[in-house]
Amino acid sequence: MSHHIVEARHLHHIYPDGTTALKDVSFRVHHGESVAIIGANGAGKSTLLLHLNGYLGATSGEVVVGDLTVSKKNLVDVRRTVGMVFQDPDDQLFMPTVFDDVAFGPMNMGLPKSEVERRVKDALDRVGAQNLTDRPPYHLSGGEKKRVAIASVLSMLPEILILDEPTSGLDPCARRQLMAMLRAFHHTRIITSHDLDMVMELCERTIVLHEGQVMADGPTLEIFRDESLLDRCCLEKPFAMQNCPNCSPKTIDNPAQKPLIVPHPDKPHHHSHNR
Amino acid sequence: MLAIDGSTLDFKRLDRLALQNTVIHRIDARVKVVTTIVFIICVVSFDRYTIAAMLPFLSFPIVLSVLGNLPPGYLLRKLLLVIPFALAIGLFNPLFDRQVVLRFGELNVWGGWVSCASILLRAILTASTAIILVAVTGFPAICAALQKLGMPQVFAIQLQFLYRYIFVLTDEAVRVARSRQLRSFGRRGLGLHQFGSLIGHLLLRTWERAERIHMAMLSRGFQGEFQATWGKGRLGRDDLFFISGWSALFVFFRFYNLPQFLGNLMTWRIP
Repeated sequence: MSHHIVEARHLHHIYPDGTTALKDVSFRVHHGESVAIIGANGAGKSTLLLHLNGYLGATSGEVVVGDLTVSKKNLVDVRRTVGMVFQDPDDQLFMPTVFDDVAFGPMNMGLPKSEVERRVKDALDRVGAQNLTDRPPYHLSGGEKKRVAIASVLSMLPEILILDEPTSGLDPCARRQLMAMLRAFHHTRIITSHDLDMVMELCERTIVLHEGQVMADGPTLEIFRDESLLDRCCLEKPFAMQNCPNCSPKTIDNPAQKPLIVPHPDKPHHHSHNR
Repeated sequence: MLAIDGSTLDFKRLDRLALQNTVIHRIDARVKVVTTIVFIICVVSFDRYTIAAMLPFLSFPIVLSVLGNLPPGYLLRKLLLVIPFALAIGLFNPLFDRQVVLRFGELNVWGGWVSCASILLRAILTASTAIILVAVTGFPAICAALQKLGMPQVFAIQLQFLYRYIFVLTDEAVRVARSRQLRSFGRRGLGLHQFGSLIGHLLLRTWERAERIHMAMLSRGFQGEFQATWGKGRLGRDDLFFISGWSALFVFFRFYNLPQFLGNLMTWRIP
């Protein structure tokens, strides 16, 4: 299945104002992998994503999607293969109804009416939003918007899904639902996020960007165990991997970090320490 | 600021009203648009001193809002927003046009007052009909209808996007204005100067959003042209009845002064 790979080869990007956003970025994502791209604000994550579907052109270097080297000539094919879900669903849902929005991609592909309708139905089923078909997108809740935005990309049957900050702005319940949904997908997935707990649950591999450079690329758990790397890149361990504030000797020894909530001696708190 | 919050909410209500399913809502959007245009042409083509002959035209908005199950209080409030603008246009007529056209006993009425009232009545008729059209059709359907009637796609899309993002923009504006208000402690902040930069800031944000929307469109295979959505193409019996009935009535109202006719009838019967 070599045709599902995404590859960046020595990617450089310099914005017109002279800011260097990417410096010699190289990586290769294989079929079916779920990869996170993490980094501080301004590390170059968004710029990188915009290269993967050909919205931005590299100053030097190249991006390969499947068998195609991304260039002006094959943009249509690249964008059909790479489905991009933007951070703010209000940017992605611009049509009068949910149906029109999910149908937008398939209609641009020139599909016949029956096929478009089938794809819209399938995509909305997939994200559990069948009941929203005729609603105008601006009356939806944040979680609903997000799911519809994902459906609007799924309807094009992309092989690769790129999600920019999928959990931002969602309440804990909607976040959980979204994560369960993403986990069930079999697409090749590339996710950027500051939600490192989500990254730990959904991505087996993580690429760390810092000031436009790849600082690390490897198994997610290994990267999150490397505290000095995380420190250097303005990141920190996911909460699930941080020590329990109540029983960690480090915090109890240091009075400045005394826990805010002290457990009652008769009622010990319960949690697992399996990481 | 509450005022802005409130008016956006009302806008959403207009949108929800359009989702109803009544006799009027079921009529084809093109038919409603064309009938409304005929209505507006008939109303605005009256002579500037006309008042009485326009009164029968009130039947159209009234019938539509009753059959379309629209709340009258809400429509009146929307209408009140428009009236000041019409008043501003007619306000100076009484100063310039002092010819006496009517006499009620001792009271002389100048032509300017009559034409001002006429402008006001026209504004009430046309604005209420336009608001009702949106409330019984829905804005996207109106855009689609205009396009089917031959309006260039670019304009239809412009209108559609304007409507889609007016909600997002007002939300953003309300947030910015609120944060300014909370930090100006009841005074006027830094006045006009700061207000300018606030508006500029909103413009820049809008610009950036437009760019992101364009990105989202491109990444879903947009190639410069919107594909037509499939709507119902044929007009039904009800549609034809609606358009021909109302248009005939409007033309009749336009050329025959119904109130005057009724008045003559009364004065002839009761001497």
